[in-house]
Amino acid sequence: MTARATTTDSDPVVDGETSKRRGRGWLLLVPGMLWLAAFFLFPTVQLFFTSLYDPSGSYEQGYAMTWQFSNYVDAVRDTWNLFARSFLYAGTATVICLALGYPLAYAIAFKAGRWKNVMLVLVIAPFFTSFLLRTLSWRTILSDQGPVTDVLQTIAILPEDGRLLATPVAVIAGLVYNFLPFMTLPLYASLDKVDHRLIEAAGDLYASPVRGFRRVTFPLSMPGVVSGTLLTFIPASGDYINAELLGTPNQYMVGNRIQSAFLTERNYPLAASLSLILMAIVVVMVVIYVRRAGTEELL
Amino acid sequence: MAEGKDLHLEGVTKRFGSFVAVDDLTLTVPEGSFFALLGPSGCGKTTTLRMVAGLEDPTLGRVLIGDEDVTQLRPYKRPVNTVFQSYALFPHLTIFENVAFGLRRRGVKDYRKQTADMIELVQLGPYADRKPSQLSGGQQQRVALGRALINEPGVLLLDEPLGALDLKLRRQMQIELKRIQTEVGITFVHVTHDQEEAMTMADTIAVMNHGRIEQLGAPGELYENPSTTFVANFLGQSNLIRTEVVETTGTAVTVDCNGQKVSVDSTRSHADGRSAWLGIRPEKIFASESGAEKQGENRLSGGRVTDVSFVGVSTQYLVAMPWGQELMVFEQNTGQRPPLRHGTEVDLDWSSSHAYLLDAQQDATAGLMTPEDAE
Repeated sequence: MTARATTTDSDPVVDGETSKRRGRGWLLLVPGMLWLAAFFLFPTVQLFFTSLYDPSGSYEQGYAMTWQFSNYVDAVRDTWNLFARSFLYAGTATVICLALGYPLAYAIAFKAGRWKNVMLVLVIAPFFTSFLLRTLSWRTILSDQGPVTDVLQTIAILPEDGRLLATPVAVIAGLVYNFLPFMTLPLYASLDKVDHRLIEAAGDLYASPVRGFRRVTFPLSMPGVVSGTLLTFIPASGDYINAELLGTPNQYMVGNRIQSAFLTERNYPLAASLSLILMAIVVVMVVIYVRRAGTEELL
Repeated sequence: MAEGKDLHLEGVTKRFGSFVAVDDLTLTVPEGSFFALLGPSGCGKTTTLRMVAGLEDPTLGRVLIGDEDVTQLRPYKRPVNTVFQSYALFPHLTIFENVAFGLRRRGVKDYRKQTADMIELVQLGPYADRKPSQLSGGQQQRVALGRALINEPGVLLLDEPLGALDLKLRRQMQIELKRIQTEVGITFVHVTHDQEEAMTMADTIAVMNHGRIEQLGAPGELYENPSTTFVANFLGQSNLIRTEVVETTGTAVTVDCNGQKVSVDSTRSHADGRSAWLGIRPEKIFASESGAEKQGENRLSGGRVTDVSFVGVSTQYLVAMPWGQELMVFEQNTGQRPPLRHGTEVDLDWSSSHAYLLDAQQDATAGLMTPEDAE
């Protein structure tokens, strides 16, 4: 066989004209860069300095910059259990979201037919109501006299005096509920892009539907799995509303501590160092995760 | 060496709503043959192929591979593999993993060796670790072929496999495919709308139109003796002239062609009414200046050359006949005589064993390329 590649991969013509045009293309980045500088970079630097203030200062008297790195040690010592709980709750919620969201996204992408758009709107519909209101309504749903508790007690999954509200179950359920769309939409986006002919080809090559899914559909949806889990896990690990409204201080997550340090105690150095520790841990976890998933090029 | 299997379709029908894509198709493809389903887009050829692969369920009828009725079998249980028009290579897998896919799903232990051998057969050795997107169209085509062939299916289905390649590469791949088919002995069923591709490669061609087979036979047979106007026009080019049948003997049919009598061998008559289309291929006609010596059993006189096109290997003439029709005449540029000039009065001669008679009820324009069909 003598057939050779006939496509020319790249066109090496880069004359003055194209490089000038390429230079102008960078201008498109400017608004976004300015936005990031103003609302991410600057506050983060500010936060970093705040975290190193002398903690004996106060909101009223002001803080002295003493490069107090011991703030971080104190923060970890006092709240490591909150970090652990945050990642446990967020991780559990992410796994449950994936388990619920994947079949849902799969059904919308492959089985919904003309109902596709309706179903997508339904996934997004909760966003039309405030996050706070929806979480409050979960208090009613999970309350001790509520229907869910009743049913679970009747079928003896829950003991007679058992409750849902004010337990880890309630907090995780709230997280799952609130972040499910963030899991479902990226999953849908990548499943919808999977070429149906590839699934047919897998069937043609002796893969049963289950094996075809494992070998073709699922690997091709990995970008959606990765972005869905990130979009769920990252905000969930910093969340405090669900623990606040559906739990008790025994279920508090690190977000609750940051919130109270900032707004109630006004212990800014502590709040800032907690925020930065959370950010650092999340960044490290995300990098490891993305590497392990082997989807760097797909992200 | 793989064993090809017979493929039988028995009364297969496929309806999509009220649209009949495949209409009561009965067909046998003998084992080890290279069979082409040829037809324009929408004729049902791809649907037929997909029913064999199990990707569509027939509305009626049965599909048998060898002696086994596979009509109810899911695709992954059928002893067939497909080379898809889009290739459908798995983008997340390397070339090696793509080719090994079928063997691994069937739990073949020795898949590494076999896969490496197949990659060599399709001459992609240096590319085994690349992803499909890093390969050219022709290379991807060979991956798709290797990925299907390695499973040694009873029947290999090819759905317009060369459609995405440029003309030169397509010619090369046609010869290559034919060589591989002869080597492996697997039954190939090849779907195409390209009549030249079908004639180059296939032992047997079924010409499909509107979900039915118009005619089935060896390429030469179909070309030389088409039985419908569709086949006469779709395969190559034909002059179709309206005639009245005047006499039928055991060996020949004589027809009146606007006042001039010509005859056709009776084995080449596919018409039984009083009228018939007289069909004759442009290259079978010999045009000579009027009054010259007759070159075959038949002659139509009174033509005048209205157009001369030089196309390299041949010269193509348009000849206006007394009844107003323009006939095509192709002549090889052998250099034996100078080309005829525009306006020359000519007689057209041909042999009775080259013309054919077709049913006058049929549309004389059936199977002609319309501008939107043209590539």
